[in-house]
Amino acid sequence: MSRKLLLEHINVPGINTLEVYRQKGGYRAVEKALKTLTPEEIVEEVKKSGLRGRGGAGFPTGMKWSFLAKPEGVARYLVCNADESEPGTFKDRYLMTYIPHALIEGMIVSSFALGANTSYIYVRGEMMPQIRILEKAIAEAKAAGWLGKNILGTGYDLELYVQPGGGAYICGEETALLESLEGKRGNPRIKPPFPAIAGLYGCPTVVNNVESIAAVVPIINDGGDEYAKIGIGRSTGTKLISASGNLVKPGVYEIELGLPVEEFIYSDEYCGGIANGKRLKATVAGGSSVPVLPANLTLKLANGEPRLMSYESLSEGGFATGTMLGSGGFIAFDEDQCIVRNTWNFSRFYHHESCGQCSPCREGTGWMEKVLHKIEHGHGTMEDVDLLWDIQRKIEGNTICPLGDAAAWPVASAIRHFRDEFEWHIKEPVKSQSQNYGIADYATPIEKAPVAEEK
Amino acid sequence: MLKVEEQTPVVFSSELLAKFDEVKSRYPEGKQKSALLPLLHLVQAEFLWVPTSAMDQVAEYLNIQPIEVYEVATFYTMYFLKPQGKYALEVCRTGPCCLVGAEKILSHLENKLGVKEGEVTADGLFSFRGVECLAACGYGPVLQISPEYTFYENLTTESVDKLIEDLKNKS
Repeated sequence: MSRKLLLEHINVPGINTLEVYRQKGGYRAVEKALKTLTPEEIVEEVKKSGLRGRGGAGFPTGMKWSFLAKPEGVARYLVCNADESEPGTFKDRYLMTYIPHALIEGMIVSSFALGANTSYIYVRGEMMPQIRILEKAIAEAKAAGWLGKNILGTGYDLELYVQPGGGAYICGEETALLESLEGKRGNPRIKPPFPAIAGLYGCPTVVNNVESIAAVVPIINDGGDEYAKIGIGRSTGTKLISASGNLVKPGVYEIELGLPVEEFIYSDEYCGGIANGKRLKATVAGGSSVPVLPANLTLKLANGEPRLMSYESLSEGGFATGTMLGSGGFIAFDEDQCIVRNTWNFSRFYHHESCGQCSPCREGTGWMEKVLHKIEHGHGTMEDVDLLWDIQRKIEGNTICPLGDAAAWPVASAIRHFRDEFEWHIKEPVKSQSQNYGIADYATPIEKAPVAEEK
Repeated sequence: MLKVEEQTPVVFSSELLAKFDEVKSRYPEGKQKSALLPLLHLVQAEFLWVPTSAMDQVAEYLNIQPIEVYEVATFYTMYFLKPQGKYALEVCRTGPCCLVGAEKILSHLENKLGVKEGEVTADGLFSFRGVECLAACGYGPVLQISPEYTFYENLTTESVDKLIEDLKNKS
């Protein structure tokens, strides 16, 4: 069994209550941080831990914190990004549902480190049950003196509020989230200025993912150096992986970064293999925005070495043969799934979720959806594949926020690795309506690259 | 264009306005517009949709222009701009849920309820629509029912049938 830092007590009955959470050592990090550490020391521990943002971008959390401007007499804010909406990702929902105090404890420690006296948890509006859970947990914590005025007699004040979103994927982008929190449409802002300089209400603001903030708790309890010992290379610590699709045991798993992908998919400790005795055709390893990979490149690098669940190993080979860890939304496709249909589905998602500010994204996502719909439904031509490639190229890098890239990458990678399947849909317009292309050679194992013999 | 669907203005109860006041107190002085999204949720929980007259009153309450409310209500997908069924069923239609049968659930609902997506059944009880990822991909197919947003996981056509019957009996 690998080490669990976030989910160690997830199965303890009543762990969602303050009482049981405390019995299991909860809020020790708040005591330690507020009574024995300075804000600068906490930032230093988080830097030492090597923790990287768990929302998708993977930017070092400690560094993000150290960018926060601290002008005299200006309020600072910590905003937790709980707008979990990336298809394939459902770890934050899990954490907030079952162990809400882990997030609240992390929010108190992080707010103290950043000098924030009012903090918000922006939860996607659809998660009303989770909003109710968090509000109840906050009320419990406040009644017990963990929130409010003069916490633990240290003179530190903190109010924590839950803010519901309104149903918009784009609000997971941090500047769109801040716009939304200000009561506006979720249109991402042009950066710079970054939120660390001018964020919520124009004040210095840090926006962190739920899992990143929860990870601050074990970092403070055990020290940044201890946390950094877990994992591999620059991928330190543990990561929550949301596993979905055609797996025997889909769900949320906490892994030590560096776990072989093959072990994650097939071992009984994790996903238990592909459901219904089928074979794996492809995966999307880090949420819908990251490139889709055929089974063989999922399990092995292009040189035949095993691929690992880490930021570096998953992106090994760039987009030619690699993908990204992203938010850890791991989607598995069995041999009966159609890549064209899924790519069309994802394109529809991005078209629906584009905020409409930038023309390449607003128009391009619509065109991609239309062209993919045409191919999937047996009306495609060979030129359409090139047209798709052309459209995605014109979106990528040409928009204010990363939604454009996120819409382009799934299309680009599907054509890159599954072009045969697209062409089959075009050549077999009738057959492709009742049959799937199948697994072809997408799962054919990659041989280890030959090493020259020494003479 | 925002179509005005009803003419009788809704009336906010004192209980609802008390909830408004609590929400407004969460933000710094002068930043009351931040309360807009939560207030619209409260309105929808009360009236099961967001009528234009309610938006106008929210604008007045927050001391902002009506257009600032309209642009938000039309941008976010959760706000219903026309009346829905008492139980508005929202089925996730995004990738991972489709890998495990979400499309079948949507077409089953259409047959079962005898209405198309977005329409309300004659008895006023049900409406349904497909929505984008609900962040529950490991438990798909899933649906939620507003205004409580109760959540149903690992759906089958049988479990959907039972759910509809249970809701009918409850009414």
